[in-house]
Parts: sequence; C-alpha cells; structure tokens
Amino acid sequence: MSEPVLTVRGLNVDYGTGDDAVHALRDIDLTLHRGEVLGLAGESGSGKSTLAYAVTRLLSPPGVITGGEVHYHRRDGGALDLLALSAAGLRAFRWQELSIVFQGAMNSLNPVHTVHSQLTDVLRAHRPGMKRSERTARARELLALVGISADRLSAYPHQLSGGMRQRVMIAMALALEPEIVIMDEPTTALDVVMQRQILSQLVRLREELGFSVVFITHDISLLIEFSDRIAIMYGGRIVEEARAAAIYRDPHHPYSDGLLHSFPALHGARRELTGIPGSPPHLSAMPAGCAFHPRCGKALDACAGHVPVLAAPDGDASRTVACWLHRPAPATAAPRP
Amino acid sequence: MSKQPAHNHVVLEARSVTKHFPVRRTGRDLLAGRRRTVHAVDDVSLELRRGTVTALVGESGSGKSTVARLLAQLYPLTGGEIRLDGTAVKAGRGRSFRAYVRRVQIVFQDPFASLNPVHTVRYHLTRALRIHGRAGSGEAELEERLTALLERVQLTPPQQYLDKFPHELSGGQRQRVAIARALGADPQVLLADEPVSMLDVSIRLGVLNLLKDLKDRLRLAILYITHDIASARYFADTTLVMYAGRIVEGGDSETVTQHPAHPYTQLLIASAPDPDRVVAETEQEETGSGEPPSLIAPPAGCRFHPRCPKALERCRTEPPPRFDLEDGQWAACWLYADGGADRATGRGDDGADHTQKEAAK
Repeated sequence: MSEPVLTVRGLNVDYGTGDDAVHALRDIDLTLHRGEVLGLAGESGSGKSTLAYAVTRLLSPPGVITGGEVHYHRRDGGALDLLALSAAGLRAFRWQELSIVFQGAMNSLNPVHTVHSQLTDVLRAHRPGMKRSERTARARELLALVGISADRLSAYPHQLSGGMRQRVMIAMALALEPEIVIMDEPTTALDVVMQRQILSQLVRLREELGFSVVFITHDISLLIEFSDRIAIMYGGRIVEEARAAAIYRDPHHPYSDGLLHSFPALHGARRELTGIPGSPPHLSAMPAGCAFHPRCGKALDACAGHVPVLAAPDGDASRTVACWLHRPAPATAAPRP
Repeated sequence: MSKQPAHNHVVLEARSVTKHFPVRRTGRDLLAGRRRTVHAVDDVSLELRRGTVTALVGESGSGKSTVARLLAQLYPLTGGEIRLDGTAVKAGRGRSFRAYVRRVQIVFQDPFASLNPVHTVRYHLTRALRIHGRAGSGEAELEERLTALLERVQLTPPQQYLDKFPHELSGGQRQRVAIARALGADPQVLLADEPVSMLDVSIRLGVLNLLKDLKDRLRLAILYITHDIASARYFADTTLVMYAGRIVEGGDSETVTQHPAHPYTQLLIASAPDPDRVVAETEQEETGSGEPPSLIAPPAGCRFHPRCPKALERCRTEPPPRFDLEDGQWAACWLYADGGADRATGRGDDGADHTQKEAAK
C-alpha cells in the first residue's frame, strides 16, 4: 500500500458546548493513501459530512473540534498539522493541497459571474505571478479536462445544465492540482447517466493526475464500484473499514451487511429485501454501547453496555471492524467505562 | 362500487395525455408573435390496474412527476383524457374534484414538506377522514378509525404516534403518516411520486415493503414514480420508461430490466450503479452520452435520437410509434419496425453477458 497522504487520529467533533453538546464524531481514525479513492458511506446524520468539514477546518459554529489530530503528509515527507494551521496557512493550504466539491455543488457557483471569471479567480488568488492570458489558457485546459468545450467559458451558470455545472465545480477543484479532493455527495442531485459519466471521468483524471479522493455518499453500491477502500460510518463512528470488494463480498459489521441489503439489485435473482428495522438514532439521544445495537439482529448482551473499538478482526490485518461479534466480548456485568 | 370488479381490471387510465406549460414571453417573442411552451408530457398512455404496481422510471425533467400530477387532476390537461373506471373524468374544482380525490390519492416525495409542522398526526388524519366522510359518528368511532389507519401503515402502538408533531418523527415515520393520510380517503388508486427518495437508505425498503403490502391487502392500484430502475424491478409488476416527456418502453418489470429493448433503457440500465460490475471486472463499453434535450424545442422524430448510438435516418424525422415485442413488452423505437425483434440487441448481447457474469461468481 502506498504512503499515507492524510491521517486522522482520534478526531472528536461536538455541536454546541457544555452539557448540551451533541457528539457528532467520536474517535475517528482514518488514513487516506496517496492515489486512492476512499469511500465514506453512511446515512444522513452519521457524521460523514461533518468529518469532511472538520478535516478541512470548514466547520462553522456551533461545531467544535474537541480533540484529535489531522496530519497532511507532503510528497517530500514533511507533515503538516491541519488543526494548528493559522488563517493564512489555511488559505494557502486549501485548493492548493486539498480541495472540496460540496453537496449540491451545482448551486455553489455564483450566478452573476461567468464560468471564466470563477475559474480564473482560483488562479488569481493562488498564483499571483500568472499572466491573464495564462490563466485563461489554464481555464480552457480545465474545461477540456472535464469534457466541456472551451466556448462555454463565457457562459453564466444558468446557461449550463446541472451536470455541466457539476463538472465546472470539479474542474475548479482540480485547478491547482491538489493532492486530495474531497467530494461530498458530488452526484446526488444528478441522474444516473450523468452520474456515471462524471464519476468515470473522475476516475480517469485520478489515474492521469495521481490525486487522492475522499468520496462521500449514502449510495454504497456506487462506492463499491468506484472506490478502492470504503469506511462505513454510523452514529458518528467508523464501524467498518475495508477494501471495496471485501466489504461487498464479506461485510463484517451487521450494519454494513444491512446497508448492502438495502439496495435492490438490478441483476440476479429477485429476492425479498428487508432493509434495516428501526431508524437511525438522533445524535442527541445516542444509545449506550454500540450505537447500532437497538437495530441489530445479532446484538449480544455486551453490545448495550460497551462501545466496541475499531480494530482488525482475528487473523485479518487488512481491514478493521468495530463489533463485538468479531472479538472476545467483555464480561456483561462490567460497568460501562 | 356495486359489482365485484374483475381481476386486475383497469381503474385509472390515461389516453394520449399531453401537457404543455406556457413559457413566459419575452419582448422578442412578442415581436415575433411566438408562443413557446415546455412540452412536459406528450402523448402518454398508461393503465393502472387493481392490485398491481406500475412503475414510471425516468431521469429528472423527463415529465414523470407531471404525469402523476395530471393523474391526480392537479393540472388541467392540454390534450388527451383521463378515464376512471372507464369513464372520462374532468374534475374541476370543488365537489367534483373531491369526489375524484376520494378515489385517487397522491403521496408526495418530501414528507418534511407535505405534513404541516404545526399540527399533530391526529389532526392530519382526522382531517382526511372528515373531508372524505369516513370519520364515523362520535369520538369512539373516530378514534377507532385513526388507530386502524396507523396500524395499517405499521406505526404501532398507534397511541404513541397520534399526538406527535411531524418534527418528532423520523423521515420514514413521516412518510408512513403521509401514506396513512392518503389511505384515509379509502382510495382505489395511490399515486406515489418518488415516495422513498428523500428517506435514509436503510429505511427505504421498509416503506416500499409497506406499499407492497397495501397493494396486496387493499388491492390498490399503485403508480410508483422513481428514478431508480433497480427499485422498480424490485417493487413493480409493470415498468414504463419515460424520456423527455414520452414513454419509450413498457412491459413486465423483469423483462424490461433484464432485456431492455429501447436504447435509452439500455443506457439507463448500463448507468445504474452495479457492484457486480467491478467484481466481475468487465470492461464496459461506451453506451452513449449527452444530456436530455430542451423540452421547449424537443428534437423532431424520436426525442432520443441525438444521443442514440443506433439512430437511423428515420429516427430524425418521424416519431416512432409503439412496436409490440414478446411477452407484452413494447418499445417506441424504429429498430423494432417491421417485426425486427431479433435485432433487439438487449436480448442477444445482454443476456449472454449476464449468464457469463453469473458463471463468474
């Protein structure tokens, strides 16, 4: 496996402070390797977007990072502590090293500026030495990269279709050739044909340019197809992390298994699907122990009292899972730590 | 109804239904004397049968929600007719509209918007029952009916939910309340406009299974509108595929999804996320690209021809009629003219492809 480019250790994020604080992320450990596509799956409220915002330091109040470390590793081996960056440092870091394509990105273009001025704005801010003509040339190149003809440069966002706007956003995210691109539900608002086109394009660009992608979505079947590794989140924690094929063939966590069986298949035998009973917990009323235990069909006595730690299951170091089914359960009588 | 209806009889039918929305005229339009319209739905015919689910699949902007609203009589028709139990109906407003909605109810996509945040579940359901004259006489009877409604949508115990406000419920529970409200009218037809697309993935199937259960128990005719063709295969008996305001293919769900005939359906199925594709490591072919056309000036002939990899000369000029294929499947595509069903690439290539995949597993 290649070297890490982003490491997250023990990250905790709360919304609000004091006793009313809601724990949105708890003890997140995650490593993104150079050149890989890491899928982050989970339902709404599982904390996957919060994780993206926390890592990029975009979390707005009342969100507070209460603990943990986030390190960015440069190609030359130097590490950068993202949580300690100053405002100026952050400004230089964002877009240059790490860019993000937001959920509903097609609405995040400014309606009163042309595509040209929005694409070149990134270059103007980060590459002050660049000439005007060079910036325009780069903007053309970027549009070509995402498959939009260069004559659309003078268009306003409303003159483009949703899919084209989304691709402009992706082009903008790639403008400075960052090492990491975070995509927060990049294609949720698009239809499947456009979704496939954009994602295939992204995978191709990743091979050409060698950046890493964090791909956040609730559609796990999409992730299995497009990502190398998948981390599944539930109730603010990562519950399982493994290679995409391993998750698909042999999910270890009951929630991953339920999620995989929540999508009707297009091919193969038609079978009765059940989904997962119950509904996702609210962050302010998180069940004790494993957050999934009230909905879990395989819950043990230990699940209600003890939070399972994310660790490799017996005899397999390539994946991690947070579930008592895969390691010796603690004595049930023990009080909760 | 007085007589026992025959098995699978057609409850609601649309015949060549057309809906054009006028576009706001600009100064240039006025000078040129133009009146532009959005051709949202053109020449759509479909039948909803008792005790069956019909899926209408299409991408955003294909006009599938407009079809639901036309069937619910929320918009006046531009052309064609809607027949309920064999008689053409044109519900205006007021009494005739109420009589119509008593039999045809709609469930909307967003249960966060379709329930009033300042009223309880009890209020929503009582109102539906009162309006449709099913509240019974007296408190006890009303309470009984409310309980029955909630039990029918599996919100149990009902007492726990009756006095809750929408914000106290999860998305899935809210959608169940919206379905219960529709059932309050004791309808024969339920129009479900993307009923699960706003819900969390793990609870979508619960709501779909509920609708399936209602179909079986109450013998409802359900129109299931969706962009997810895999869920249509799972849930619907019949599937219709819509593209740019027209229905391009229809038939039994299994046939349509396993042997798509129309090039657009083939594109749609090739684009749907499919984990097996990676596991089998099959090199995918270029299936076509591009975007849906503008509906203000839709392409002449077949509306899919600018994106179609198999377009013929004829496709550019003449809109294709329905061509019947095997097993009740049909496609509006010139490839199937003069009985050329053997040219149905879907059957040949795709079938072989999947058996290979199965073997690989």
